[in-house]
Amino acid sequence: MTTMTDPHQGSFRLSMLIYDSRYRSMTIQIVALIGFLTLIGWLISNTAQNLITLGKEPSFGFMLEPAGYDINQRLLDYDSQDSHLRAALIGLLNTLLVAVMGCLAATVIGVVVGVLRLSKNWIVSRLMAVYVEGFRNVPVLLWIVFAMAILIETLPPPNAFRGENPEATMKLGETVAVTNRGIYIPEPLFSRGIGDAHVFGDTSLRFDVSLDLIALASVFIAGLLISGLINRRANATQNATGVRPTVWYWRLAVVVLPTAILLWVLGCHMGYPELKGFNFKGGTHMRNSLIALWAALSLYTAAFIAEIVRAGILAVSKGQTEAANALGIRPNKTMSLVVLPQALRVIIPPLISNYLNLTKNSSLAIAVGYMDITGTLGGITLNQTGRELETLLMLMLCYLIISLTISGVMNWYNESVKLKER
Amino acid sequence: MSDLSYVRAEMLPEKAPPVSTSGAVGWARENLFNGVGNSILTILSLFMVYLVLSALLPWVFSPTWNAASLNDCRTILAGHEGACWGVINERWPQLLFGFYPNGSEEGTVDQRWRPILTFVLLFVAVIPVLFNMISRRMNWVLLLGALGIAFVTRGGVLTMIIGVALLAGAAYVAFQLFNTNKVDRAEEIASGAKRLPNPLIFSAVFPFLAPWLLWGGSIWGPIGALFGFVIGALVFRAVTAVAGSLMGIIAAVLSAVIWWLFLMGGFAWAMESIISLGLEPVESRKFGGFMLSITIGVVAIGCSLPIGIVLALGRQSDLMIVKSLCVGFIEFIRGVPLITLLFVASTLLNIFMPPGSNFDIIVRVLIMVTLFASAYMAEVVRGGLAALPKGQYEAADALGLDYWKAQRLIIMPQALKISIPGIVSTFIGVFKDTTLVSIIGLLDPLGLSNAIRADANWNGVVWELYGFIALMFFVFCFSMSRYSMYLERKLRTDHH
Repeated sequence: MTTMTDPHQGSFRLSMLIYDSRYRSMTIQIVALIGFLTLIGWLISNTAQNLITLGKEPSFGFMLEPAGYDINQRLLDYDSQDSHLRAALIGLLNTLLVAVMGCLAATVIGVVVGVLRLSKNWIVSRLMAVYVEGFRNVPVLLWIVFAMAILIETLPPPNAFRGENPEATMKLGETVAVTNRGIYIPEPLFSRGIGDAHVFGDTSLRFDVSLDLIALASVFIAGLLISGLINRRANATQNATGVRPTVWYWRLAVVVLPTAILLWVLGCHMGYPELKGFNFKGGTHMRNSLIALWAALSLYTAAFIAEIVRAGILAVSKGQTEAANALGIRPNKTMSLVVLPQALRVIIPPLISNYLNLTKNSSLAIAVGYMDITGTLGGITLNQTGRELETLLMLMLCYLIISLTISGVMNWYNESVKLKER
Repeated sequence: MSDLSYVRAEMLPEKAPPVSTSGAVGWARENLFNGVGNSILTILSLFMVYLVLSALLPWVFSPTWNAASLNDCRTILAGHEGACWGVINERWPQLLFGFYPNGSEEGTVDQRWRPILTFVLLFVAVIPVLFNMISRRMNWVLLLGALGIAFVTRGGVLTMIIGVALLAGAAYVAFQLFNTNKVDRAEEIASGAKRLPNPLIFSAVFPFLAPWLLWGGSIWGPIGALFGFVIGALVFRAVTAVAGSLMGIIAAVLSAVIWWLFLMGGFAWAMESIISLGLEPVESRKFGGFMLSITIGVVAIGCSLPIGIVLALGRQSDLMIVKSLCVGFIEFIRGVPLITLLFVASTLLNIFMPPGSNFDIIVRVLIMVTLFASAYMAEVVRGGLAALPKGQYEAADALGLDYWKAQRLIIMPQALKISIPGIVSTFIGVFKDTTLVSIIGLLDPLGLSNAIRADANWNGVVWELYGFIALMFFVFCFSMSRYSMYLERKLRTDHH
């Protein structure tokens, strides 16, 4: 951008800092840096003065004091005597829970809607357009409170399940209870289980791992690996002799049989929700707040994902499909081998940035009382301790780490699928 | 066998295509029932549409527009399902203006004409920026007319006279406008006829006028602020002629800052004591409803574009320190949710400021939302810059343009054009995100809906309020996205 000229023969003059293009960029940068540092210094000195006036010297000691509030939806054990740090951890896990569930659901809905929007069926494509425009043009916060209102107002209360002729009945063969306090689904229980492993003893970061689940998972994964080996062997035989041995039952057996045997050994059975007293007991309880947040976030994000998927498919030029047809590749294979790999290259980067948005939007949980990290650390902990600076710093740090991790993955993926141009 | 053969001498008339491939039936066969799968899909969709509409339409069309409370609605509906639209009828002024003084309290006057006028003037101010199909004179007609009506409806002899004068001016210009046809006028302009001043002048004044109209107070504050820019521009012109553009910029910024920091207060005070001219001040906590959403949205949108462009240029520049500052800022803002920034606005921002200073919650929210939008805007503009072929940069260099000229004349017009869809979707996102301020206790429509439900008359009204708010947002956002499509078509220069 700058023009190279012969260096001046004369000595250095001060005015060259401004007029000589060799030094000017340095001058501008140093001025910018000094300006920035002055601003930061000014803010810090203001903050320090204000905090001293308020009598709140910054310290993070309060994080280890008892939190004193309850969290109803939680993945790890927690009670109100646990520390603020523990509460923040529970909140963080809740954020991640709803983010992961939301991303999965949004992807599924988004892909289906995006493909259907390209459908030749006029009414289907119009319906999908209505869905997409409707969700994209209304604030997500409104959708969240709307979903919460639907759950609370339209679902039956637990006492409607009572009596000889109840107004409401449990769904799916008496296994799932849908009430206005949340949804109760069956949970797996182990009557001869091998118990839990307690990690990190009694600290704020403690958590329990169910050894039963670990055993099951490892047996299942080992089965999958062996099945993969059998497949590879069959491929080798096919390559060598031209005849493929029939192995599908072997592959199925090595996965299913050991898992089933282990399930029987551990005495696995389902725990069903039951109406006891004023409420359902047993089973896994998914609270309304979680379901409303999950539904609203996934439907909202799915509308964006649908547009991305549509744009991605349209971005693959028609010549590619025609070329594949000319080569005699079947339509199914054309989709999976020619169109999708190229569409994915367009789809993935905006898709991941939408995952990022969903994760950040999950902070709106506070509007329906779902205790995510914004609700615990940035909500009740902040209000109880009055430590705005520290809690908000930690809150932002948590989100920054999540975001930077996701965008790091995105950049890595982008590099790996980029067209290699020479 | 005779060798005589029959050959038709004239063309047969064309037959109409079979009924099954033309008209409504053909269209339906083509688009709805081509194949078993599609037919099933169609029937399922139609059934779903029927289910939704049969549940929704009777609910929507319920004769409760004049009900005074939820119980009233129940009486009117007599057991049927139906919406209770009385709440919208009674509360829509509140949903639009929040608690902006409406004259209902003792000793107050209805001030709601101010936000209305601001909103109308906003349109007048953005029209020359957004559309180029409206003529200069048309713009002045709109501006003079809006101001005239505002003055006339205020009452009082002096304002009435000013208002009538403005309206007369508007009528005069309108008369001229309708009396000349377009082609003649174009010729006149080409041959150097006098034109009205560019309406963009008003677009430049509007940012100073709008806060005054909304918040009220003395008019000399905004005028003083405007003077800062005028002084800066004058100094820039004078110094550039003597000592080059870089010194000009430095001198202009310095003089404007000195004016704002040290001289403006005295000027405003002095002028106020000479001619006291002002509107009744309105506190920020009385702002609410869509007025609040639109205020936050428009300010954030208006300020984020220039800041975003500067940040994007910084991120693309070769200057290492500037670049890393910009990258750090953008990634930080984009990495955290807006709600945490709003928490900062509501609890922390005053701690960052000099002790004793305490500025308004809405201003604090405006700052944070603007910063938030700028970071996103910067990324959108950066995308546009990156999409521009390298040859454009090289061509600008080859023409001998300096950095700013190259940006202004060659790079930015193209980069911004490429990024229009992204820019508009950022705008829409910002506007939707203004609902988040209800979480920190400001009374935007969503916050107001809770306040309305707290009223014993309307306790239990949910769907009507949410539906109405959703509809309003949909109208705003959808029209913005349609506008972006129009703009894309208008600016398209390639041959497709």
